[in-house]
Amino acid sequence: MKKFFCSVLALLMLASFAGCGSANDANNNNGEVFADGDQYGQIGGELNILNWGEYIDPELITLFEEETGVKVNYVEMTSNEEMLIKLKSSDCVYDMCFPSEYIIEQLIASDLLMPLDMDKLPNAKNIAADKLEITDSFDPGNKYSLPYMWGTVGILYNTKMVEEPVTSWSVLWDEKYAGQIWMYDSVRDSIGITLKYLGYDLNTRNPEEIAEARDLLIAQKPLRKGFGTDNMRSSMVNGKAAMAVIYSGDAFCCMDENEDLAYAVPMEGSNVWFDNVVIPKTAKNTEAAHAFINFLNDGAIAARNTEFIYYSTPNQAAMDRLDEYFTENETYNPPKEVLDRCTVFHDLGEFVSVYNEAWSKIKMK
Amino acid sequence: MKRKVFAYPYIVWMVLFIAVPMLFIFYYAFNVDGSFSFSKFWATLSDPEKWRVLWVSIEIAFGTTVFCLLLGYPVAYILSNMRRSVAGFISVLFFVPMWMNFVLRTYAWQAILEYAIPNLLGWADKTLTGSVGSVMMVLVYNFIPFMVMPLYNSLSKIDKSLIEASGDLGANKRMTFFKVVLPLSVPGIVSGITMVFIPAITAFTVPALIGNGNYNLYGNEIEMAFKQAAGSSGAADYSVGSTLSIILLLCVFISTAIMNRFDKDHEEGGNLL
Amino acid sequence: MKRLKGSFKYVYLALMLVFLYLPILYLIVFSFNDFSSGRRTSYANLGLWKGFTLANYSNLFSGEAGSALLLTIEIAIISSIVATVIGTAAAIGINAMRKRTRSLILNISQLPMVNPDLVTGITFMMLFAFVNGILAKSGIARVSDIVKLLIAHISFSIPYVIFSVMPRLKQSSSMLYEAALDLGCSPMQAMWRVVIPDIMPGITSGFIMALTMSLDDFVVSYFVSDLRSTLSVYIYSAARGAKGVNPALATIIFIPLVTLLLIVNLRRISKEREDEIQNKKVKMKG
Repeated sequence: MKKFFCSVLALLMLASFAGCGSANDANNNNGEVFADGDQYGQIGGELNILNWGEYIDPELITLFEEETGVKVNYVEMTSNEEMLIKLKSSDCVYDMCFPSEYIIEQLIASDLLMPLDMDKLPNAKNIAADKLEITDSFDPGNKYSLPYMWGTVGILYNTKMVEEPVTSWSVLWDEKYAGQIWMYDSVRDSIGITLKYLGYDLNTRNPEEIAEARDLLIAQKPLRKGFGTDNMRSSMVNGKAAMAVIYSGDAFCCMDENEDLAYAVPMEGSNVWFDNVVIPKTAKNTEAAHAFINFLNDGAIAARNTEFIYYSTPNQAAMDRLDEYFTENETYNPPKEVLDRCTVFHDLGEFVSVYNEAWSKIKMK
Repeated sequence: MKRKVFAYPYIVWMVLFIAVPMLFIFYYAFNVDGSFSFSKFWATLSDPEKWRVLWVSIEIAFGTTVFCLLLGYPVAYILSNMRRSVAGFISVLFFVPMWMNFVLRTYAWQAILEYAIPNLLGWADKTLTGSVGSVMMVLVYNFIPFMVMPLYNSLSKIDKSLIEASGDLGANKRMTFFKVVLPLSVPGIVSGITMVFIPAITAFTVPALIGNGNYNLYGNEIEMAFKQAAGSSGAADYSVGSTLSIILLLCVFISTAIMNRFDKDHEEGGNLL
Repeated sequence: MKRLKGSFKYVYLALMLVFLYLPILYLIVFSFNDFSSGRRTSYANLGLWKGFTLANYSNLFSGEAGSALLLTIEIAIISSIVATVIGTAAAIGINAMRKRTRSLILNISQLPMVNPDLVTGITFMMLFAFVNGILAKSGIARVSDIVKLLIAHISFSIPYVIFSVMPRLKQSSSMLYEAALDLGCSPMQAMWRVVIPDIMPGITSGFIMALTMSLDDFVVSYFVSDLRSTLSVYIYSAARGAKGVNPALATIIFIPLVTLLLIVNLRRISKEREDEIQNKKVKMKG
């Protein structure tokens, strides 16, 4: 009986699949797309990119493919740790990747990255000097990486459900919002902001402080809706949760879709993060990887990209092209006093296992 | 040429791609810095959280199996008593969803539980995702056809004259069901349980998509050990995942052994489907 | 009373069918929903009806979903053909073995079927990471995703082929093969002309099982592939992401599936009814 169904269904599936080809509607307005008048010759080959979800305007990939004849294989991840595992594997296949600062520190320490060839990256000049100053703190001399996007971690909340102004992380432990609070499914972010709430350094190596943060997060369990990543966005946009700990870019994107939403970086301080582009040592097509990095740093391309994903660009040439909707927005372009209370994550070396243990206790409860 | 040789390519394949890969689990579970040692294995096993997750998963899988059986048995029973042509038609309807991509169906449930049902009931700011109940319901949804199929097969094989005979000998309908039909359908129940219980323990997509990261089951634990939780060096630590897999395999063999004991007409191989 | 009981049956079946089809119908309804907001399309907003559109169908196969679908079909067809060849040959070979070896091999062959797909997936992941690690050191090209997927899919499909062909082989007498040899066939000829045609139904159903297993697989592909995603892997990652899955995918799989199934089945039912009538006539005549 089952076999009969199997047969029929398999045939049906085939029949239905056979009819569909892939329709690619390419946009051919390449004439005016580049700000810096770059010429990309035919490079060819394949380019394997590992990136976060929803972190690039897909049209740009198509454009790059048309321009250079490179076939881009684009894979998405949801956490820094997932990226790290892929990059540390003996079977690493990626030509470029976009991890955050503390991961980059570790990758540099383990000698897994290739120094960037600045001669092939003329558009690197577009990156704002003050941003390079910060990235210099985890990649000395900006030798191995260039900033791709940056932002803060804060609370996105629905002003219809949260009436008081959000100024402190304490709102995440407010019983009024039981079952309405999304936390970010990432070990450093969730523990980090809790440490900040407790008044500690978010790079602390004090096991007692981490234990305190862990217990606080375990106590939060009944109030929590869950741990999410990109999936929190639709939940917030549709008014299904009161607040979410989220990255500023995601927050801005949600606020664009639902005007009841607002974003705040609590006064206790938070994390300012940088996702930089790196090329692993094992990369095969370094030519295409450099071309793609240069392409992404073209002022016009970077502007298009940031307008699509809503994350803040470190590219000054792109900032100059954005309209006030972006540049005047405090989520997108946080003022100095907000940044002053934010800290960058640093690699913790072997000590990270203390964080990981705390994290698995939090998630398993 | 002996016909035996036709099996040789398969035997080579089996060794290379079934036996050798399995050895990796044992290699990584018992390999500490290049030499054989139980230390990492015990270190993983001595974590009470791991056992708690396993126990919760077994509970949820057990609940899923019971619900599948309770909801599926009447379906199979009703179908088996219908005229064959009609039953064939309706059973097709029951099995069609199985061939729709299950990740896609789980995704749809996510939307239904997150938006459709709460909105319909007027709970604008509430959702049904992220609870044990919803995870279990979607598990039941995904596995119920695997329960109905073997049940229907074994129920429709029962000789109808046995039931008539039971009636002629004075048994009422209920007695006939419990004394004749139910015992005769045991093989179907047994293979239904095997097809639901173990897959339910290891299903990590449903908790990931429906549980909001709140209900990590044993499958999620293994998936995270391999794909997400980096060890202190940042590289994937295969030892934890491998150890967890060995425990899982033990569960599988225990439950298969129990099932085989119940399943009396165990043929030579291949009675799993 | 009896009629009430009878209708209760149908109500129960209908409720179960609603339960089974609800998510599919939900996706089909929402496949006509307008998900666009500005330049982006957010399929994840699967709860808000914003207006009717056919746009979801026109951009269904652009980008990743299209290539994932193609890869899925490619892998399914190639892996099930190879699995059928190896599995059928294996069944013939195993059948000719002594009873003890035969049951030993058959029992081992059951392992991959009993093994949770999660374990199958991670074992392949570790195997390929190991092999590719060695290959990377020696500078030879690595095992590509397609080869990895093929090997994994062939491996988990072979046992299903063997166990579909085996019962057929048991029914067909081994005398046939011997008779063919006695009548002057070479062993190969005997195989091709006599044994294979005799067990063809088993081979076909084995092939179709393999095809279904491959099309349906998520877990093994998820662990094995690094760069290319099959349809299930694509759906899983899109479902966890911000963009969501285009619900039109459900329609495009579901509608052809159901239509053809119903046609085939209705034909079978009408044939059965004819047979029934024929039987009655025969009985009446008798």
